[in-house]
Amino acid sequence: MEMLNDYGIVLALAGAVLAALIPGIASAKAVSMGGIAGAGVITEDPSQFGKVLILQLLPGTQGIYGLLIAFITLSQIGVLGGNGDISLVKGALYLAACLPIIIVGYTSAIRQANASVASIGVVAKRPDQFGKAMIFPAMVETYAILALLISMLAVNGVSGLNI
Amino acid sequence: MALLQMQRIYIYALKKDRKQILELLQRRGVVEVRSMLKEDKVFSKSDVSVAKQNLEKNISITCDSLSILNNYIKEDKSILSALAGRKELPVEEYDSFKEKYKPTVNMAKRIIELSKIIAENKAEVFRLQTQIEILTPWVNLDIPLNFKGTKFTRGFIGTLPKPWTLEEIYEKLAQYMPLDVDIISTTKEQTCIFVLCTNDKKDKVYEVLRGMEFTLPSLSIDQLPTADLSPAEQLELLVQQIDKTKSNIQAAIDEMESYDKNRNELKFLLDYDTMRLEKYEVIGSLIQSKNVFIISGFIAEKDFSAIEEELTSKFDLAVESAEPRKRDDIPVLYKNNGFSEPLEGTVNSFSPPAKGEMDPTMVMSLFYYALFGLMLSDAGYGFLIAVTCAFGLIKFRKTIEKPMKNTLKMYMFCGIATVFWGIIFSSYFGDIFDVVGKTFFGVTDLPVIPPVWFYPVEKPMLMLTFSMAIGIVHLLTGLAMKGYQLAKQKDYKGIIYDVIFWYVLLISGIVLLLSMKMVTDILGITVNISDVAVDVAGILFGASAVAIILTNGRESKQPFKRILKGLYALYGISGYLSDILSYSRLLALGLATGVIGSVINQMASMTAGGFFGPIIFTIIVILGHALNLGINALGAYVHTNRLQYVEFFGKFYEGGGKVFKPFGINTKYYKIKESTKYGNVK
Repeated sequence: MEMLNDYGIVLALAGAVLAALIPGIASAKAVSMGGIAGAGVITEDPSQFGKVLILQLLPGTQGIYGLLIAFITLSQIGVLGGNGDISLVKGALYLAACLPIIIVGYTSAIRQANASVASIGVVAKRPDQFGKAMIFPAMVETYAILALLISMLAVNGVSGLNI
Repeated sequence: MALLQMQRIYIYALKKDRKQILELLQRRGVVEVRSMLKEDKVFSKSDVSVAKQNLEKNISITCDSLSILNNYIKEDKSILSALAGRKELPVEEYDSFKEKYKPTVNMAKRIIELSKIIAENKAEVFRLQTQIEILTPWVNLDIPLNFKGTKFTRGFIGTLPKPWTLEEIYEKLAQYMPLDVDIISTTKEQTCIFVLCTNDKKDKVYEVLRGMEFTLPSLSIDQLPTADLSPAEQLELLVQQIDKTKSNIQAAIDEMESYDKNRNELKFLLDYDTMRLEKYEVIGSLIQSKNVFIISGFIAEKDFSAIEEELTSKFDLAVESAEPRKRDDIPVLYKNNGFSEPLEGTVNSFSPPAKGEMDPTMVMSLFYYALFGLMLSDAGYGFLIAVTCAFGLIKFRKTIEKPMKNTLKMYMFCGIATVFWGIIFSSYFGDIFDVVGKTFFGVTDLPVIPPVWFYPVEKPMLMLTFSMAIGIVHLLTGLAMKGYQLAKQKDYKGIIYDVIFWYVLLISGIVLLLSMKMVTDILGITVNISDVAVDVAGILFGASAVAIILTNGRESKQPFKRILKGLYALYGISGYLSDILSYSRLLALGLATGVIGSVINQMASMTAGGFFGPIIFTIIVILGHALNLGINALGAYVHTNRLQYVEFFGKFYEGGGKVFKPFGINTKYYKIKESTKYGNVK
């Protein structure tokens, strides 16, 4: 058991890396979906570039949230300089703490991209309705933010546990 | 927090003054023309579709010509020119444009014609070059390509695939001597040959040649008017033709460039016809008799007397105002102070207030700036935003257009709010002062600037509580707005049932929650609530819940249905719960800005050693923070809007009105400047 404790840092690092990896992949895909739809609009009406760009970028935030959790975790577990001595349980807890943003970040980015693409369609036909079109993807993002919140609180909380 | 009072306006005037009156109204831009009167035997609308079509055609020609001109000669525009706004033009210049009108239209047409000429000539050059390519292998042939033979001989001119030598060809044709074979040219792909044989053997020779996949040169050469010339001569002619066509293109381009100096006239033509088109649209909606016409529409009450005075002093006419009728779809014109005005656009993009609704802009603006600042929450970023916008506003204060001015003002206020929250939570480009101090100056007394309140990274739960507290204030304000609106509609029952009961329910609910140890433990705060207060809150909570069940379904007459509806309304409290939780994004986005900023600083500080260290450090810091600022400002903007539209407006505001669209000058490049306040309209 004592020996297994050497592997705590591995689990913790896995959590951090996955938090950057999985939502990052999803956001890359999501932003590209928006870009493909947006490029079509721009060929017809280049003046809509600003609005379309905002809609394209909206599902890009999940990747950043993931990065954020990854960074907080990395600094807590001592990978970015410090003491990397973490028990197996604590490592597993870090991994679990990262799960909300890993999973919700992935799915919400893709779903948000669908909403973004639809909203880009709205802007193409009715540029004056941008304000409303922007809200639809933003609604999806709520859940990514909630996941971010829980992951952030959990990572912070785990670091304070004495196990 | 106000909308201007609108009223109907009627202007009865003589037709001979129509042009002047309409132009005056257009320049003042205070009347929205609507047709409110019915046609009858005397008064009818006139058909302006022909005139409108002509103007629309002119507008599209001018637009095209401007974009063509821009393709050939780029207009030098600075990035800031968007801020500079439209140029001002004195009225005299507007009036004198009539003489230039025809030539300018012709110039626009000529520009389009020139672009066609250029395109056609380019196609011609391409065609000629293809012919040259076809002819080049035949350049050594000294007879025309369409040579068929003489009285006793027959000639075959054409190509064989792949290279052939003279011997190989003679070998194939040996039995049909006498004949003469010439190889004109050979390449890897083909051999160009000329075969001359006697007339009696021509069919046999042709058959053998066909067996060798002999083909005649492509037809296009044969059909040339110069087909009787030898290939060399033809080539020379073609080269001459290309030169001529190219010089045609150059001439057209030169002519196009000569129009560069007239670009402003084209722009003005576009504006001029846009204005005229708008005028004709208005004329089409007027009702007119033989000598009289009537304008009807909406005007803000405050503008009425000025326009009435001006019109009656200049023309023989009658102006009349009337209260809007009940069924009128009254347009919305906002009146807000400079602080809230920039957000009218944000309200509009949700939906302008419907009839009987209040203008939420003023109250919204207080929260808007605060929430934006809280989400971006970095004094450095806020400072950059505010200073950039202020710079734009000051530099272009004379010419800047209203929408651009409002955008800049909005971001300036957002930036100021961001600076405020940044100082409260001590975030300056992340933790740049600490990092620079530690890395380059060996400062040990960290933090350099301590927060006024606390570090959100260190006490996230406190920040979460604070975010939700702001959410509660925001939501309760929304509910209060609903009460205010109901009071304006004199629905006093509604105030008690839909607002006061809910206030009691929500506040007593919050007191009850805060009295539970579990909740305060989670939130990490200590609240001392006396037992009496808890008891009172409990009673109030129960009573208001019952009251809501009994009253909130009051539009149903049937008692059972009424209770069910009331229960469903009480279930709306779960909506409040999710609304309040939604404000946790204030924490999440605020932390995201700060933490990513610190990451950038930390990455930069890793490179700080050595001679080039500070330079690399600066580059990483600038690029990184630019990216972080961009992404997080976008996030703050989007989510501020969301909190306003969904959580705040959801409590009291529906919208559905129409924005006031006065008959005015909606031009792209110029605005007309009056030399005196009133007048100058002849």
